[in-house]
Amino acid sequence: MSFSAADLTAVGLTLRLAGLTTVLLLLVGTPLAWWLARTRSPAKGAVGAVVALPLVLPPTVLGFYLLVTLGPNGPLGKLTTALGLGTLPFTFPGLVVASVLYSLPFVVQPLTNAFAAIPERMLEAAATLRAGPLDAFFHVAVPLARPGFLTAMVLGFAHTVGEFGVVLMIGGNIPNQTRVISVQIYDHVEALEYAEAHWLAGGMLLFSFLVLLALYTINPPGKRGL
Amino acid sequence: MRTAHTLVAALVLMVGAAHADTVQVAVAANFAGPVKQIAADFEQATGHKTVVSTGATGKFYAQIVNGAPFDVLLSADDKTPAKLEQEGHAQAGTRFTYAIGRLVLWSPKPGVVDGEGAVLKTGDFRHLSLANPKVAPYGQAAVETLQAQGTYDRLSPRFVLGENIAQAHQFVASGNAELGFVALSQVTKDGKITEGSAWVVPLSMHAPIRQDAAVLAKGKDNPAAAAFLDFLKGDKAKAVIRSFGYDLP
Amino acid sequence: MSAAAIELRLALAYPGFALDVDLALPGHGISALFGVSGSGKTTLLRTVAGLEKGATGRVVVGGEVWQDSAKDVFVPTHRRPLGMVFQDAALFPHLSVRANLGFGLTRSGGGADGVARAPVVELLGIGHLLDRRPGTLSGGEQQRVAIARALLAKPRLLLMDEPLAALDEQRKAEFLPWLEKLHDELEIPVLYVSHALHEVARLADHLVLLQDGRAIAAGPLGEVLPRLDLPLSRGEESFVVVAATVGAYDERYALARLDFDGQTLWAPSPPRPTGAAVRVRIQARDVSLATTPQHDSSILNSLSGRIAALDEQPPGRVLARLDVGGAALLARLTKKSLDQLGLAVGHAVHAQIKSVALLD
Repeated sequence: MSFSAADLTAVGLTLRLAGLTTVLLLLVGTPLAWWLARTRSPAKGAVGAVVALPLVLPPTVLGFYLLVTLGPNGPLGKLTTALGLGTLPFTFPGLVVASVLYSLPFVVQPLTNAFAAIPERMLEAAATLRAGPLDAFFHVAVPLARPGFLTAMVLGFAHTVGEFGVVLMIGGNIPNQTRVISVQIYDHVEALEYAEAHWLAGGMLLFSFLVLLALYTINPPGKRGL
Repeated sequence: MRTAHTLVAALVLMVGAAHADTVQVAVAANFAGPVKQIAADFEQATGHKTVVSTGATGKFYAQIVNGAPFDVLLSADDKTPAKLEQEGHAQAGTRFTYAIGRLVLWSPKPGVVDGEGAVLKTGDFRHLSLANPKVAPYGQAAVETLQAQGTYDRLSPRFVLGENIAQAHQFVASGNAELGFVALSQVTKDGKITEGSAWVVPLSMHAPIRQDAAVLAKGKDNPAAAAFLDFLKGDKAKAVIRSFGYDLP
Repeated sequence: MSAAAIELRLALAYPGFALDVDLALPGHGISALFGVSGSGKTTLLRTVAGLEKGATGRVVVGGEVWQDSAKDVFVPTHRRPLGMVFQDAALFPHLSVRANLGFGLTRSGGGADGVARAPVVELLGIGHLLDRRPGTLSGGEQQRVAIARALLAKPRLLLMDEPLAALDEQRKAEFLPWLEKLHDELEIPVLYVSHALHEVARLADHLVLLQDGRAIAAGPLGEVLPRLDLPLSRGEESFVVVAATVGAYDERYALARLDFDGQTLWAPSPPRPTGAAVRVRIQARDVSLATTPQHDSSILNSLSGRIAALDEQPPGRVLARLDVGGAALLARLTKKSLDQLGLAVGHAVHAQIKSVALLD
């Protein structure tokens, strides 16, 4: 007994999904976290709450609304269709979009905390040394927030790998498109293929443990930006 | 001490009484609608109480094997109750087919699906929704239908699979898939298709979707469990089952 | 730069605090912004740097307009050619000392390889620290690096916010000579925030006195310190600072002759080269007055002058400002002495100076 070809396809797809999602999350999450950490805007509370929603919402809620809004009758679905992109549910890009939303708080919150922990003084010092805002951000804020970035990347990646409810809702279980590991495990269990389920589920368990072990080892508590 | 004894005795009595009166029913997701009505009728007729859990049959199997407190299973297939009986988790001799599912090719839009299913051969659509054939009897029946029609190989790249028939229906209802194989019970009310266009797949195109029920090991000494299955075999329940678009054996 | 090369007309209001100043400061030397905490001196410094976004008014440095709210001009901090030294040094912990020093240097057109050869690195004695991390430096070393870092960015104005405040007494004593050295070498003006008068006495050329967000006095140190109308003169520690040159050194008695404004003073001192510029602090309580020259006193220094002003400070005390050949001295005496000697403004007196402190 070992991994089947279908299992390996699911593993490869999941890693691709998590990798791409993590990259996009850093691109989207970093400016968002920076804004949340430094703004005094009254909108801060509302934006923070929206970002944190996936933490408390059942994934099926998020999945259901994505299915409806990204579908051909939904506003976003109409937009993507008008743009010539077709509709996103049942596609790999659709899963990426969903994963970015679903894992957003796992990236934004460690980054926000890491940015908030940087003394204003550091950025002022950079400004008095001729560093403009972007320059100071990349050469002072980002290096000082390094532990937060590490945490954000690990959590964003691992959480995407572990995503299930949202994928179930908008994935459609298409091999090499949307059939990720968690769905594959679910199908094995549903089909009473418990041995196959154990291989994948055990692998996920081991993977998650190793990832968190690595995080806790190289990035000890208190410095993770959590 | 005395008070404590009395309290324990009272608790035992209460639990015992509640158990005798209540039947915990695990129901396949596709039968959620009819069972609601049947359970209400049953409670009114017998005075027993029902606690209904709906979900995927495969998940119920795993839960029952691992000690879930269900007295009765209304399965989406006939294999699972048989397997449970074989393994001693269901009471021998209680199994019977309570409904036969009817498969329907459905679109929420009028005029998309014709009465012969020819749309599958000629139609221009991106996604065809069906329940995962690996885990859901309706999905298996859909695959058999396509194979009988000779369109399986051509259409399988357009499949989007729901984890159960409810999800397959949702994919179509939300418009994300243009059409899909769903349960007739999902699109029927009072014996009529409520909206859109549909092709009720002839029974000749796939093996019958037998939905079997059984009393589980947990429900062995619960009179309400046997009473519930008896009620399910009765005329009143049958009428409800039919009205939801199921066939009967 | 011209004499009034720095023009600051600034207003800024917070709940419970308002800054409102109009200052013209010289384009050379150290101008101290002095006041108790809460007087607005740090806020003023930050406003000059452009770090207080809410401030309105005008900031002109060396003819360059950094802010002019009336014309909607606000040059952001990173485009102002200034250097700033914060109280806590604010070195970047993720960079080596070398990279910290290079941060401003490279951003103002210099090459990072210039750090090791920079004269200021030698001047401040930090050449041996270049490969260290800021976290491993002492407080004094961190401040020296911070000053060098600011100066390497080629500022036209150096802002220092109590650079000694975070240091303990011993570190302060070690660090002050570096600042004095800097004072002698530096060609750009410095705004130096302090709440310690002895620092001001040693370092400042110009003094701005801040109280409740307003500048209540501003001028050369030698003019502001002897004023009788300021809170400075009320304290026990009232003093004046006189800029003098070493005229001679008496090795036998280990005394230096200090010349200023045609006057001479003798002060105990280690050997000093003739012609060296020194600062002399003379405390008001160390100066007594006599109407006739005293030849039989143990007091070494006696200067003749005239009473320029008197300030009675009840109960029973008087502070006198003396005009001694163009320089001003303060003398503290009792009201009783004043009355017994019959002294009044304009009277000629002989100032007996019990002790003279050379500041360095």
